[in-house]
Amino acid sequence: MCRLAAITSNEYFSPIENIAALETMKEGHDGSGMGLVLKTLGGEFEELKDHPILSGICSKNGLHTLDEYMNKLGFKLKYAWTPRTKPVKGIVPRDYYFARVYDYPDVYKDRPLEEKEDLLLKTRLALRKLGETDESIIVFSFYPDILTLKEVGDPLELCEFFGLEKSPLKAKIILAQGRQNTNYAINLYACHPFFIQGYGSMTNGENTAFVPIREFLMSRGFPGYLGYNSDSEVFCHILHYTCKKLGYPLTYYKDVITPLKQSEIDKRTDSEVARLLKVSLRPLCIDGPNCVIAFTPDGTCFMVQDAKKLRPGAVGGVKGKYGLMSEECGLDSVVPARDKSQDIFPMKFDMVIIKPGAEEVTVWNQLHG
Amino acid sequence: MEPASRLDHNHELSIKDFPYIVRWRDDRCKRCGRCTAVCPMLSIEPAVVVKRVVQSEGLTPEPKAVRYTTTMVKQTTNIERYCIGCGTCTLVCPNEAIEPEYNPRHKFNFHKNKGGHPYRRGGRRNDPMPSTLDRLRFTRISMLTDPALDAGRHEFRIRTYLGRILPAEELPVIMVNGKLEVDKTSGKFIPPVREIYPVMIGSMSIGALSPTMWEGLAMGITYLNEVEGMPVVMCSGEGGMPHRLLKSRFLKYFIPQIASGYFGWDEIVRALPHMIEDPCAIEIKYGQGAKPGDGGLLMAHKVLKLISEIRGVPMGVDLPSPPTHQTQYSIEESVAKMIQSMSMAWGFRVPVYPKISGTRTAKAVLNNLVRNPYAAGLSIDGEDGGTGAAYNVSMDTMGHPIASNIRDCYHDLVAQGKQNELPLIASGGIGKKGNLAANAAALFMLGASAVSIGKYIMQAAAGCFGDEMNRCNVCNLGKCPRGITTQDPKLYRRLDPDVVAERVVEVYKSLDIELKKIFAPMGRSTELPIGMSDGIGTDDHAIAERLHISYVC
Ligand code: SF4
Ligand code: SF4
Repeated sequence: MCRLAAITSNEYFSPIENIAALETMKEGHDGSGMGLVLKTLGGEFEELKDHPILSGICSKNGLHTLDEYMNKLGFKLKYAWTPRTKPVKGIVPRDYYFARVYDYPDVYKDRPLEEKEDLLLKTRLALRKLGETDESIIVFSFYPDILTLKEVGDPLELCEFFGLEKSPLKAKIILAQGRQNTNYAINLYACHPFFIQGYGSMTNGENTAFVPIREFLMSRGFPGYLGYNSDSEVFCHILHYTCKKLGYPLTYYKDVITPLKQSEIDKRTDSEVARLLKVSLRPLCIDGPNCVIAFTPDGTCFMVQDAKKLRPGAVGGVKGKYGLMSEECGLDSVVPARDKSQDIFPMKFDMVIIKPGAEEVTVWNQLHG
Repeated sequence: MEPASRLDHNHELSIKDFPYIVRWRDDRCKRCGRCTAVCPMLSIEPAVVVKRVVQSEGLTPEPKAVRYTTTMVKQTTNIERYCIGCGTCTLVCPNEAIEPEYNPRHKFNFHKNKGGHPYRRGGRRNDPMPSTLDRLRFTRISMLTDPALDAGRHEFRIRTYLGRILPAEELPVIMVNGKLEVDKTSGKFIPPVREIYPVMIGSMSIGALSPTMWEGLAMGITYLNEVEGMPVVMCSGEGGMPHRLLKSRFLKYFIPQIASGYFGWDEIVRALPHMIEDPCAIEIKYGQGAKPGDGGLLMAHKVLKLISEIRGVPMGVDLPSPPTHQTQYSIEESVAKMIQSMSMAWGFRVPVYPKISGTRTAKAVLNNLVRNPYAAGLSIDGEDGGTGAAYNVSMDTMGHPIASNIRDCYHDLVAQGKQNELPLIASGGIGKKGNLAANAAALFMLGASAVSIGKYIMQAAAGCFGDEMNRCNVCNLGKCPRGITTQDPKLYRRLDPDVVAERVVEVYKSLDIELKKIFAPMGRSTELPIGMSDGIGTDDHAIAERLHISYVC
């Protein structure tokens, strides 16, 4: 079972805090990989908020291909960030880890966000395809104010490898996952957190309904619903589908992935809609034990559990800074000075929601709607 | 010396030509006559024979030939009265003196066409080999990453939907104060959708079935719904339903079927204003897996008072349903108009779906339905489906196996992104080898939303003798020894509807447990694992490739 450590704060903080939290939960991950997604970036990215950032890894040749492709599309490189890596035993360094900030092609500058998002998605997918066979290009995200870093290895060692301790890299929301490699070969595309058009998520557990969900998403006719090297990627795409494609309020995500029984739906004020959604979105109902931690484009963070077996998960903190962790010790590491009695351990009907800016925590109960 | 003409019996059949040879034991038989009285085919009869024994009575051998006359039970070699191997004689024999034995070297099919009439029978395809469904296993067991569920403790939701399901994009929902609401002003038609148990009882008509059998099934499913909380539904088959039922609140557990003969529909339409509940759905029969391209046939000797009343026809006449719906010509017209008129009859509150026989062209029908907003599903009946009466040649050689037919249709829906919009109902050979839960679960994982059973429930609930070695299978003759498919009161009184109902309940309750025993280790409990093809595997490479599932060995 993987370990998850998410932090949301009204101030910039370093991903080291997430990694330190992961370290406290070490029994739960085997050092087979770590993924970081940073949202609302600080440091050198603070001034570049409106510019899309392409995050990934490539070989020397891959970089050449990438540059050529981006030039062809008319993206102009504005700033290139790369971690100051240093050799660490056990970590095989790749040629080039990057977060490259671009200017939109001229024709796109004044286009609405929707169109820009589609362009970014298509570009990311095209780059992914370009480098897929020889692994010369791996791209994780291409979106404004989002930076993704993933590599195989132990989180603490990776922290050293990427030189994060000395790096000014900071953000207000960071999702971090320490990977427990189980049934899939180590592939960086299988490494959480996942990101698509403003939505990011990570999960621990196993999704036994993966295949029908994958088939359903892939048949929506939306180019971004692909990949699925991990059965957890669908959680991110379901979130995107529910909130962005269908335009439903966030809490309906819970109704989509873990619908209530009819007798429970009947007691909701929106029972008519809840039943329709349950029927129409039946293939998106998840199964197996899963704890999902995610953020939405406006910076809301949340945690939900599956409807039955539940994975460990705890939310706690102080006004202005909250952690969403697999285990309480992770919270102790991030926000030691909180009132522990206020920690929340979401159960099957709960959706723990933290407003943007880590202002306040609410627990939405699915039964009451 | 007897004349040669008497000795060769040249144009007679020998017992060895028959599929079942009756083994009768002289030493055990007490000549009570029960077996000959009960034999539905009159295959056995009391006979008087002369026997010759050589005896010696004194101290020294003095052999003497003695002739005496005795009685025995004799099997006929008249092919019209062939032994069907039903075993009713064995059932009634107090001394275990008689038993039919299958004869694998029989030549029955060479001879069963007297008068130029091809062999007709009931039952299903005579193929005793395991079907594809029986060759599938559930190979994805959740272990360390996802500890398995407990079939006895956890809550499982084994339900499915019957009806056209709108894609989420088309739902008339609007946001009001951060919550979703149904937009009543949109005028958008939301098709009716029923939540049912995913194993239905398929279409078997009153007429094909005896009154006691039909009543037993109907009572069984009503009990399951009302007492056990299991929404099991049953299709009426062609030929209508009893008036009392049409006007009762139990109608919601039934799916009246309309077929090409439209039998019983005058009565149903007349009952419409008096209905206090809508039926679960309406099934339009276009084809049947057991006899594709053939219509139904209820033989005159089955058309007695009750049947004539329900169907609105005179007594004692053959009731053939044409192979096709003769009033309509093209698929567009036939399917679309019938679906629409049926929907309209119930104010668009009842799902209406067609049933076809398994065929390579099923996808054409499917794609037609996909574009019809009123089509509530597609039921496909595979070649192993049963029937009350059909030509043997249709039953044994016509049709398409259900597994790949369903799989192809499901993939077709997936390609269009409509896998949740038009439910596929699979039938034909489910539980053929007794593995009801496993066959049903495998079909769900191949893409069926529900399955339908017929022969299995006759066998399990009423002890139907029929099997794939052509045992019994005289359902067409009205001579059913179990009283299941006959209108002869002497025969159907043998069948106690209460016992049938009790068995239906037992079958479904145990099915439910078995389904949980399959789903639990696979980590599935919240929704039916429709299309979960990573869950199944087979040790046959060709099957694995064809069905796009894993090959295991
Ligand atoms: S097995 Fe059936 S058909 Fe054959 S002799 Fe016995 S009762 Fe008659
Ligand atoms: S027992 Fe009745 S229903 Fe079963 S095969 Fe024989 S005749 Fe048909």
